[in-house]
Amino acid sequence: MSILVYAELRDGAVRPVTREALGEAKRLAATLGGPVTVVACAAADASFAALGEAGADKVLFAQHAAFARYDSAGHAAAVAAAAKAVGAKAVLIPASAAGKDLAPRVAALLGVGMAGDCTALDASGGKLVATRPVMAGKAYEKLAFPLSPAVVTLRPKNFAAAAPEAGKAAAVEAFAFTWDAAAPRAVVTGVSGESGGKVDLTEAEIIVSGGRGLKAPEHFALIENLAAALGATVGASRAVVDAGWRPHGEQVGQTGKTVSPKLYVAVGISGAIQHLAGMSSSRCIVAINKDPEAPIFKVADYGVVGDLFEVVPALTDAIQKLH
Amino acid sequence: MLQVVCVKQVPDSDTRVKVAADGRTLDPNGVTLVLNPYDEFAVEQSLRVKEALAAGEVVAVSLGNAGVQTTLRNVLALGADRAIHLKSDTPAPDALAVAKALAEAIKGLDAGLVWLGKSAIDDDGAQVGPMLATLLGRPCVTNVCKFELAGNVAKVEREIEGGREQLEVPLPAVFTTDKGLNEPRFASLKGIMAAKKKSIEERPVDLGAPNVERLALELPPPRAAGRIVGEGAGAVAELVRALREEAKVL
Repeated sequence: MSILVYAELRDGAVRPVTREALGEAKRLAATLGGPVTVVACAAADASFAALGEAGADKVLFAQHAAFARYDSAGHAAAVAAAAKAVGAKAVLIPASAAGKDLAPRVAALLGVGMAGDCTALDASGGKLVATRPVMAGKAYEKLAFPLSPAVVTLRPKNFAAAAPEAGKAAAVEAFAFTWDAAAPRAVVTGVSGESGGKVDLTEAEIIVSGGRGLKAPEHFALIENLAAALGATVGASRAVVDAGWRPHGEQVGQTGKTVSPKLYVAVGISGAIQHLAGMSSSRCIVAINKDPEAPIFKVADYGVVGDLFEVVPALTDAIQKLH
Repeated sequence: MLQVVCVKQVPDSDTRVKVAADGRTLDPNGVTLVLNPYDEFAVEQSLRVKEALAAGEVVAVSLGNAGVQTTLRNVLALGADRAIHLKSDTPAPDALAVAKALAEAIKGLDAGLVWLGKSAIDDDGAQVGPMLATLLGRPCVTNVCKFELAGNVAKVEREIEGGREQLEVPLPAVFTTDKGLNEPRFASLKGIMAAKKKSIEERPVDLGAPNVERLALELPPPRAAGRIVGEGAGAVAELVRALREEAKVL
């Protein structure tokens, strides 16, 4: 019996979402029983023993030349085999772009259902119950798992990484798994845009989003300046994405990304239901809008009624002076 | 080449959620059902491939009660050639059950491309596509935002954190589509008229025992009432103070 965690790596380095999953695995192991086993799919060892400090007891190192980059089919085969090998009760996978792609494949290989993008897991009754948002957070469902293992993905920034246990090393074992790499499969041939250092909306601590109130795409410079001052990621409403002002990847809402940063600043966004759904779980919401009746003020912790063309530069200035 | 596009009927994004008396499901009263927005990109891409090849057939598949035929008819109006309605009067319990029913319907079709939206905006699952691909034993790329066909290989891109992945995929394969892949068309009057004569084949399906069990559907806790800190640029000082001292987020 074991809790299995999929270690998400990028260029050999462990991503923060992996530490969050390990932290949760450690908490679950206290109730469901451990140990916490990590499966690391990689082309070469990358100091996986150090995952011990983040909560891993053991690391299964699934090595393959094809694993220098994410490999959907190969990783799924390795993770499913690892789940069987350790008799996993639960398989925890970060709900990242890779993890969301991987988890359903793992579940299908194991013949079990899964819960994606979970915001809370509870094992207090001896059985796992997952809480996850539906309709971009308009409601939450609680799910139980009649089959074993329970496969879940964990939404970034919702689970705390464990306090590091300095010096604790995980035992690293080579993990042999069967996978036919010659079978037809999707192969990653390249990755672009990585060097930008831009934090994705779903993992951002602070987001500044702009909407129709900006009146023209070039005025998004105001949003970018404020975001730069705050160290924030830029988001956008559906209206401005549909108008072609901003790329699709920046859209927050029910047909875009659901986000839960510690600070969300909505500028010139009135607050359509589908937008509110995507950002209402943010810890602190600031709204800047000239219309005091705008629905965005109903979810905002702090509102400023006024002309964003005056308020935003003043706020940017004030933030810069803090540094 | 035969292509399959799997579509789902969902409550539209303006839906205000009310939980039904059973405490586990969405109260359907006053809910408008539409084609899942991400499926629009799947339908559009299948039609573009068919047009580019000037050959083949697009088959739309949907699972659900009699009501989903409205959505299938819409997809036929957009240009799909025929439809298969996997008929079940009980709602699908989970994604694996849906993927199994779809796999059963698709495996006999010799489809070169299978398309789905990246997720449905009701359950936000994003599971059926990769599960279906796994059950069919076919390559799969999720969240495709760029697609090119070069003979029997698809060159595609998908968004990842802070960038994009480029992938090459031999056909037959399964793809789930993201916003940005294309601009979906609207149905023409001619298309709507033609759709009335196209076939929707009904096949009853048994979805089996649930693989995941929903215990409850709950509304999120209401946010504590906030406050207007002031008007105009003069409010900035107080806003910054509140963010630092009260909310402690700066």
